[in-house]
Amino acid sequence: MTRSAKYSAAGLLWRGIQKKTWPRVWRDTPLKSNYDVVVVGGGVHGLATAYYLAANHGVSKVAVLDKAYLGSGGSGRNTAIVRSNYLTPEGVAFYDRSLKLYNTMADDLNLNVMFSERGHLTLAHTDAAVRTMRWRAEVNKLQDIDSSVIGPDEIKKLAPSLDTSSNSRYPILAALYHPPGGTIRHDAVVWAYARAADALGVEMHQQVEVTDITCAGGNEQHGKGAGGKVTGVQTSRGNISAPVVVNCTAGWASLIAAMAGVRLPITTHPLQAAVTEPVKVFLPTVVVSGSLHVYVSQTDRGELVFGASVDPFATYDMSGTLDFTEELAGHVLELMPGISQMRLLRQWAGLCDITPDYSPVMGSTPVEGFYCDVGWGTYGFKAGPVSGEQMAKCIAEQAMPELIAPFALSRFEQGRLVGEKGAAAVGH
Amino acid sequence: MLLIPCPYCGPRNSADMTYRGEAATRPDPATTTPNEWRDYLYLKNNPAGWLKENWYCNGCRRFFSLERNTITLEFRQPTLPGSVVRTIDQTQPTTTEQQGSES
Repeated sequence: MTRSAKYSAAGLLWRGIQKKTWPRVWRDTPLKSNYDVVVVGGGVHGLATAYYLAANHGVSKVAVLDKAYLGSGGSGRNTAIVRSNYLTPEGVAFYDRSLKLYNTMADDLNLNVMFSERGHLTLAHTDAAVRTMRWRAEVNKLQDIDSSVIGPDEIKKLAPSLDTSSNSRYPILAALYHPPGGTIRHDAVVWAYARAADALGVEMHQQVEVTDITCAGGNEQHGKGAGGKVTGVQTSRGNISAPVVVNCTAGWASLIAAMAGVRLPITTHPLQAAVTEPVKVFLPTVVVSGSLHVYVSQTDRGELVFGASVDPFATYDMSGTLDFTEELAGHVLELMPGISQMRLLRQWAGLCDITPDYSPVMGSTPVEGFYCDVGWGTYGFKAGPVSGEQMAKCIAEQAMPELIAPFALSRFEQGRLVGEKGAAAVGH
Repeated sequence: MLLIPCPYCGPRNSADMTYRGEAATRPDPATTTPNEWRDYLYLKNNPAGWLKENWYCNGCRRFFSLERNTITLEFRQPTLPGSVVRTIDQTQPTTTEQQGSES
């Protein structure tokens, strides 16, 4: 791989002594009028797809378009938790591959993504939840994932700040412990993919909004819809012709798909998150409670990062609500009464594209050349690397790879849903 | 927090409501094809803008539909098939009801 500047400790020292500035991380190139592949959406999924197209399949005439800046959507708004302890065998295999790619990412892409393999606890407060945890643990073990159910005493050892007594409103009965889970710096993942893709000739274009997708031969107006073929995209900075357009736009997925005449089984809900003021590090693991709709981890800076479940109605509005902070505070204090004096620093929201079975929609669509990598709901970040890798394979080989075949759009026609709600709805 | 205009109870906090999703016309199960039925079950328009949707009011335990803008969160007066918005008119005796107010 040719790079203008390889990041290393020696390089840092040398440039420091020489007082040399670092080169731009990625080039700023003019928008061309044709590409082999246009990726709509410059987040982890879009950039990873572009990178693996160039790195694994030699397709480098690729443009990644984003209407704002790279990583401005879900990639920069998530709570940066990665894990692979899912419920269905399809989900487990898929996320495990993603976790492995995250594990070696810093070396592979030559950028420190600050992966912290700190362990992941999913708490169970009811007998039904304990049963699901056992189920998940057994599914995980069969696929060689390090995952087991532990009791309150062990939980207390791993995370002493949790209230594991039986006096609380929702006593902690057990937890699914997943040591390979952890957190990663989400912005760094975006930059790492962008930088590595740029070195391979992929172009990134920010502030370019796709306004329409041009198609021919379809059964709807202007040649869109089933049976048609993609011919290019219209953008706020001119028209581009391309035989392949990939939709990696998370919350806006339905709107982009509608431009090609494809309807998706997706509703857009905002997911809110919040962060506290920084304190000394006291929470060594990621803690999730599905029953209390909360997940929490502590950053290296010492801030507690909280997330919850999606807002209860569909909207594209990303304003924060008092409902969210009230509910969040109540639930977090139920788990960790000791932090009642901590203050929230800020809250934000990101858009999630929720499917009926809480599994993504990946691969080809009824429109030839129009691919989707959407429906990622609240779990898209942790799947970024493997999605990019498999989507690139899908586009280059024009066939659905085995790993993502269960997530095809056609599963809804065939009634083969992949029910991940038990492990994906709140379980970060 | 949203104030949802329930046609029966008036404006209520969205926490008092259950969101029932995008309004779609249910095909006749006797004559529909499997594909039409699955489209009805799963596919959504999910527009960024005006959306006709269904809500269930936990107060009066009734379903109603209304139009909401998914970007600005504005509402339009709900149109209810077979029923009208009930208003309490202080000048009228309490026994009188609007014609056709019950569906």
